[in-house]
Amino acid sequence: MGTIPNLVGAGLIVIGAGLGLGKIGGSAMDAIARQPEAAGKIQTAMIIIGALLEGLAFGALILGA
Amino acid sequence: MIISKKPVRSLTAILIGLISSVAMANPVEDTTHVKTETASHTEQVAHETANHETEAHTEKHEALSPKEKINEHIQHHLADSYDFTLYSDEEAGTHVGFPLPVILIDDGLKVFSASAFHHGETVANVDGAYYKLVHNKIYKTDAEGTLELDHHGHPTNEMPLNFSITKNVFSLLITSLLLFLMFTALARTYKKGPNNLPTGFSRVLEPLVLFVRDEIARPNIGEKKYKKFMPFLLTVFFLIWLLNLIGLTPLGINVTGNIAVTFCLAFVTLIITNFSANKDYWGHIFWMPGVPAPMKIILAPIEVLGIFTKPFSLMIRLFANITAGHAVMMGLLAIIFLFKNLLGTGGSIGVSLALTTFISLIELLVAFLQAFIFTMMSSLFIGMAVQEHDHHDDHH
Repeated sequence: MGTIPNLVGAGLIVIGAGLGLGKIGGSAMDAIARQPEAAGKIQTAMIIIGALLEGLAFGALILGA
Repeated sequence: MIISKKPVRSLTAILIGLISSVAMANPVEDTTHVKTETASHTEQVAHETANHETEAHTEKHEALSPKEKINEHIQHHLADSYDFTLYSDEEAGTHVGFPLPVILIDDGLKVFSASAFHHGETVANVDGAYYKLVHNKIYKTDAEGTLELDHHGHPTNEMPLNFSITKNVFSLLITSLLLFLMFTALARTYKKGPNNLPTGFSRVLEPLVLFVRDEIARPNIGEKKYKKFMPFLLTVFFLIWLLNLIGLTPLGINVTGNIAVTFCLAFVTLIITNFSANKDYWGHIFWMPGVPAPMKIILAPIEVLGIFTKPFSLMIRLFANITAGHAVMMGLLAIIFLFKNLLGTGGSIGVSLALTTFISLIELLVAFLQAFIFTMMSSLFIGMAVQEHDHHDDHH
């Protein structure tokens, strides 16, 4: 178990990643609504960025907590 | 972003979020947990001098509260082990399962069954040498099983070179065999002729192979060069997927949730990416074109770091996702024991079953998604390395 500063830092990063994921998801929804025919491409790009963010959040969790 | 529009509300949200993480950092149970640990530890040390380590171990086991027992069980499940335990009766001290071979190199090759350890309760005697299993690690001891502990409570005994077929190794071998059988059957149909339809189970595999080719490799690596990397991408995709799925069975296998396994997979990506890289790739790393000279000097170390952070994130992502999934599932199963008094036996089983079923379905999706993401990211990194220069400008 990490110390309190570690855990707070990890928590902050996870909050940031959560906000980022929400933004990605929201923008992807907007984009798909605007151009439904490009849904496949948008989804792939969304998953890639989501995965990058997720890697960051998990890295913070493992190194911090 | 939303933050700028509603600063007060998001600040409160962040504060509330922080409160929980601070409170989680040092719960009341945690301090008592430390106390019992030290108490049992001193007890253990006291017994240690009298060479009754086994007794101290069982005493410590009985003293655990249900919560600590569950924690220990989850830790045990996430780790690798030398046998498959399907069921164990704590009161009778019996374990139902089957042991796996232990292979040690210590004055010559020594092969014996892990049942000789009796789950760490006894000392295994192999050709005059004594070995003991402590916290899933094999130590060399004397006939009584004496352990020399350092001040952290870790044994300092000699550890022999260990090439055992553990649970994870066994699962990897089985999965490789399955993959081999599945895909040689598919390959055989293509060998017969270009227009042959696959039969049987191969018919399921063909669309998946096409998916990896058309959705992952082609768009990310490029039409001209993707063929060279298809064997790697297909292998990685199906290996990770199958291992993830096997991890969802009640056998308690957690291969992709082992950081050594994911490290090796990511390491292969690192090797392939950098050895197939062209001049442009290295040019972009050490002397980024199109930016002022001082920026080039600043960018070079960042880009060099980037070579390693990309596979590192691959490693962490797969490991953490699968480990987290397994931990959540075990935690939800533990509801049966933790909420027995509150909800009654039937109620707690019902709640646990509903939640576990739900999370299992999500894990089925995650099993595929993680395989897909690992393959996708690998092909993306490879694509960056083999891209031609004029293509590069189109993308940005």
